[in-house]
Amino acid sequence: MTNSGKNRNLKRIFSGPFLAFILCGTLVPMGVIAYYGLTDRSGAFTLSNIVAIATRSHAQALGLSLGLALISTIICLLLAFPLGLILKDSKLGRKGFMVFVFILPMWMNFLLRTMAWQVLLERNGIINLALKALGLPLLDIINTPAAVVLGMVYDYLPFMVLPIYNAMIKIDNSLIEAAYDLGAGKTAVLRKVILPLSVPGIVSGITMVFVPSLTTFAISTMLGGGKVNLIGNIIEQEFTVSSNWNLGAGLSLVMMVFIIISMALIEKFDREGEASVI
Amino acid sequence: MKKIKRVLAPVMAIILTAGLLWGCGGDSGKAGQKGQVYVYCFGDYFDPELEYEFEEETGYDVVIDYFDTNEELYPVIKNNTAAYDVICASDYMIAKLIDGGLLGEIDYGNVPNASYISENIKPFIEEFDPGMKYSVPHTWGTYGIMFNKTMVNSQDIDSWKDLWDKKYADQIVMPDSMREMYMIAGKVLGYSMNTTDEKEVREMTDLLLKQKPLIYKLANDSARELMIGESAALAVVNSGEVLYSQDLNENMDFVIPKEGTEVWTDCWALTANAANKEGGEAWINFMLEGDVAEDNFEYLTYAIPNTQIAELTNEPVLNPGPDVLAKCETLKNLGADADDMYSRYWKEYKSK
Repeated sequence: MTNSGKNRNLKRIFSGPFLAFILCGTLVPMGVIAYYGLTDRSGAFTLSNIVAIATRSHAQALGLSLGLALISTIICLLLAFPLGLILKDSKLGRKGFMVFVFILPMWMNFLLRTMAWQVLLERNGIINLALKALGLPLLDIINTPAAVVLGMVYDYLPFMVLPIYNAMIKIDNSLIEAAYDLGAGKTAVLRKVILPLSVPGIVSGITMVFVPSLTTFAISTMLGGGKVNLIGNIIEQEFTVSSNWNLGAGLSLVMMVFIIISMALIEKFDREGEASVI
Repeated sequence: MKKIKRVLAPVMAIILTAGLLWGCGGDSGKAGQKGQVYVYCFGDYFDPELEYEFEEETGYDVVIDYFDTNEELYPVIKNNTAAYDVICASDYMIAKLIDGGLLGEIDYGNVPNASYISENIKPFIEEFDPGMKYSVPHTWGTYGIMFNKTMVNSQDIDSWKDLWDKKYADQIVMPDSMREMYMIAGKVLGYSMNTTDEKEVREMTDLLLKQKPLIYKLANDSARELMIGESAALAVVNSGEVLYSQDLNENMDFVIPKEGTEVWTDCWALTANAANKEGGEAWINFMLEGDVAEDNFEYLTYAIPNTQIAELTNEPVLNPGPDVLAKCETLKNLGADADDMYSRYWKEYKSK
């Protein structure tokens, strides 16, 4: 009795900092955003900052953000899934090393790495100088949506690779061998064994790529040359330049709804995935 | 206005703070005998050596804090007008601070060097601080077109309209800044950069949209780097960037378009409840000294409106002729409603 009471007390003490962090770091800021989002400059209640998402320029930016985020997520998935298979099957006993190589760039700040792409892709940048020296046609994607997608894929690919790799490494090889023994071909093994078992990894990979791609403004500013206007850029401008915090906060609330919807969808797939495992 | 060298600011702040601490620990000498002067300034916006020179010369101890944008300064001063004695801010922010009763009048008896302020800048000061009661200019400049002489024929560039010329498609860098873009469109159409007429803003937006396909990039700080690296042929930049860019690439040239442009001024001012008003005035007076202005000019390459260094700053890029100056304007606060209107059209421009 006393022992469990002590335990509970200990738990409370140790969870204290965490609760304080959640309170100060999540709940309070969310409350402040909700307050600003639901009031106008004079402090009166209004829904106009929320409805503002329907105005043409906002809806266009949101549409572009959804589109680019979707494309980046698909590209990341197409790259990460085969990579996961390779990492899983590499029999060199260097799996740790391969993953390490993949994580290494993440030790650098992602803004710096994105800025590096800006320098690389510039019209007179390193890539074009090399292409010119080789007499090849020049790469002209800087300041276009293509460059922004490149930036998103580059920055967020590790977030797709790691969960997929983690899910695949857990697959028991005897299951795969059993499938072969029972006459399944390579495609059937991939489709009916490996793919369903990697669904949890794929799902969390999709969330971890899609959500930051949807809300980014740094990548589009640096690689889009101010010409690719995502919803994140609009929100950022409302705070820093237009000094309309209310509208910025209102649009942020709408974005939260979008993220919650996408996470709920993914959650649903995840459940189904788990069900198919059983 | 003051955006470059921002990266250096924190470094300088650390170095200066370290210097200050060291100075306090050591033999204080003459410095500090007359109390402290609290200065609030854009990061890296004067020659840092001058701080010690000022302390030596006047016997005040200086404490300096830095900020990046005018919008950051405003709430600080608004919430505590006594936090600093002397501040540096841009023209439109000076006007806003005066309106809010947050600045104190300067006693020019304590600022004899005010007689060195150039005459040609005074009409512009008149626009945001009538009678120069509250502020004296630190630096000033204009916006114009910087171009690469090897990629563009110098004779072809004399007007903002040249930025609409299809032969420069994908060669133009424009500012990623709403008010400056509307200034340019306004000058082409003959409208004021401070217009609040929605019809005119609509027209300017349409004009800007026509030019959008020709733009290589919308950029502020990185514009000069793109020009120096020759990734673009033309860029709209602040005149203060030109001498710096020419040092690094001799093909750079600069034109202030004949339709006129925006003149900006960054000023020193005293806060309303300055604890050490005399100290603040001593700082302002010191900044107006000829050799101090020279140090600052060499450090910043921004034009300094001081007659004592008129010959030194006699670069044509820094000094538009009187006929062009007559067509120039300063940026004004338009109020929240007009700001929202502009911002709506700007977002339309950005998302098309």
